[in-house]
Amino acid sequence: MDAEWAMTGLIMVPLAAAIVVYVTATRFVAAWGVAVAMLQTGLTFSLTRSILQSGPVQVPLGGWEAPLGIPLYADGISALMLIMTTLVGVTSTCYAAAYFSSLQRDPRRSSSQPSIQTFWPLWLILWSALNALFLSADVFNLYVTLELITISAVALIGLAGKAQALVAAIRYLFAALMGSLFYLLGVALLYSTYGTVSWHLLAETVQPDVLTWCAASLMIIGLLLKTALFPLHFWLPAAHANAPAPVSGLLSGLVLKASFFVILRLWFYVFHPVMPASAGWMLSVLGSAAILWGSIQAIRQQRVKLMIAYSTVAQVGYLFLVFGLACEPMGMLAWRGAAYLAFAHASAKAAAFMVAGSLMYMVGSDHLDRWEGIGRREPKLIFTLALAGVSLMGLPPSAGFIAKWLLLNAAIGHGRWEVAAVIVLGGLLAAVYVFRIIGVSLSSAVPMPEVAPVPRMMRWAPLVLAMAVIVGGIVTTEPIRLLEIGAPPIAAREVAP
Amino acid sequence: MTYPTLYAICGVVLFGIGFYGTVFCRHLIRKVMAVNLMGAGVFLVMIALAARTPSGAPDPIPHAMVLTGIVVAVSATALMLALIRRLHHQTGLTELPDQMEH
Repeated sequence: MDAEWAMTGLIMVPLAAAIVVYVTATRFVAAWGVAVAMLQTGLTFSLTRSILQSGPVQVPLGGWEAPLGIPLYADGISALMLIMTTLVGVTSTCYAAAYFSSLQRDPRRSSSQPSIQTFWPLWLILWSALNALFLSADVFNLYVTLELITISAVALIGLAGKAQALVAAIRYLFAALMGSLFYLLGVALLYSTYGTVSWHLLAETVQPDVLTWCAASLMIIGLLLKTALFPLHFWLPAAHANAPAPVSGLLSGLVLKASFFVILRLWFYVFHPVMPASAGWMLSVLGSAAILWGSIQAIRQQRVKLMIAYSTVAQVGYLFLVFGLACEPMGMLAWRGAAYLAFAHASAKAAAFMVAGSLMYMVGSDHLDRWEGIGRREPKLIFTLALAGVSLMGLPPSAGFIAKWLLLNAAIGHGRWEVAAVIVLGGLLAAVYVFRIIGVSLSSAVPMPEVAPVPRMMRWAPLVLAMAVIVGGIVTTEPIRLLEIGAPPIAAREVAP
Repeated sequence: MTYPTLYAICGVVLFGIGFYGTVFCRHLIRKVMAVNLMGAGVFLVMIALAARTPSGAPDPIPHAMVLTGIVVAVSATALMLALIRRLHHQTGLTELPDQMEH
């Protein structure tokens, strides 16, 4: 009973709050956001505890069973994704509250800046849609939640209001809508073949025939476009870099993970008996290309937010290595590694974007030349960036290290030395761009710059997130045990060619 | 070939035309129309396949999905138009600039 309430609440609480703050246009809108964040923490905790104790939970909404009703389903990986969303969501909420209230108080900034009244309803709807996606038990619901996520995310980028941000938002919206329609066409084909949209039932009945293969390809291509896997990443850097400070972290941390989660679900829970191993291997090759291309582009950028956005292109590549490595006997390692990396990257990347947002707020620009010496003025922020960087590079002790270590072990266990080499090389390249930012900002060649003061919460929120990444590298037995619950039957998979 | 199959093939062709338009048309309003054409193609496929039941009575579930899909398409179109209008108001652009201005 507890778990059912928690699952419904995770979706309904932010949705209801979004409607209330939009309709009443209350002045205490940030307080509503913080209240939702506290409730979400409690609900996530209670759901996770119940899954750890009694396994996966399925809830038919309103008592209507599938195929008529809309069921919700939560297993270990959904719980991990919900924890990720709550962690990034709560810190981003605090960060955004401080960011917008200081914008309002400062008359010089408020004219050109996004309005606080439009940020909160959009973010709360995004939060609700993310939770709904992680709890969905049918492929059509996944489509609806993906669209809700897209629409609210694009509107959040558009809040920045500048022409650059609008261009980025429009380009992202077209890419994401195309992706959704490819996915929906795949859903239509699946339904016409099997007469169900529940992925549990599909998993039992799926057959290796041409129509299924077409449906799977359409769905996965659409989702790759939304997840920005190289070479479909063209929309990502501008969209993530030009979004307002509290939004960039949400986009890189959470929105991309949503479509990745759908791919993970479909691939390992539904299609894995019928997909040829070469298809998985192809995704891994694209992932490797993304790691190298994204890292090199990140090193070449002059603007810090673009650098962090290209780093996201690279880290998304790591996530896709799992599809080529998920076969006997090391498949479980790769699967755990990818799921844990989604969590690690979300927290580290959101922290990095928050730090960049705070420093940009102080300096008025994110051009790296303007950041010279700023680290001596703001050591805490640069320390936070370094902690997040440790995870992005994959150094111990951090959640990123654990995840990449699992992937590396899987690659070596399969004798895939080229993949292992890419994993290590990607870490080295990440070190180049992280140290470049830290090096410039700690430079003592210039006098200590004069900067605008930043609200205290804009220092603390990213630090909390970065500490969580480090804790995730030390406390690992609980998350790994969580991932065992409802894990897909990878052991039954044949070896790749 | 049965009628539903014919309609389904038409839907796939519409989807393809829409896809071509979304990728290759330059004018933003054309792109909006092309995305909607892709959506119409998918909806046509869903409606056509709903007629292929053994009993001959149409299956209501794809119809419900199409209704949901139309709601999503309307909201997405509204958002596209709002963003395009704002961009045009600020810069006078009717096309996305070629090179990625970061």
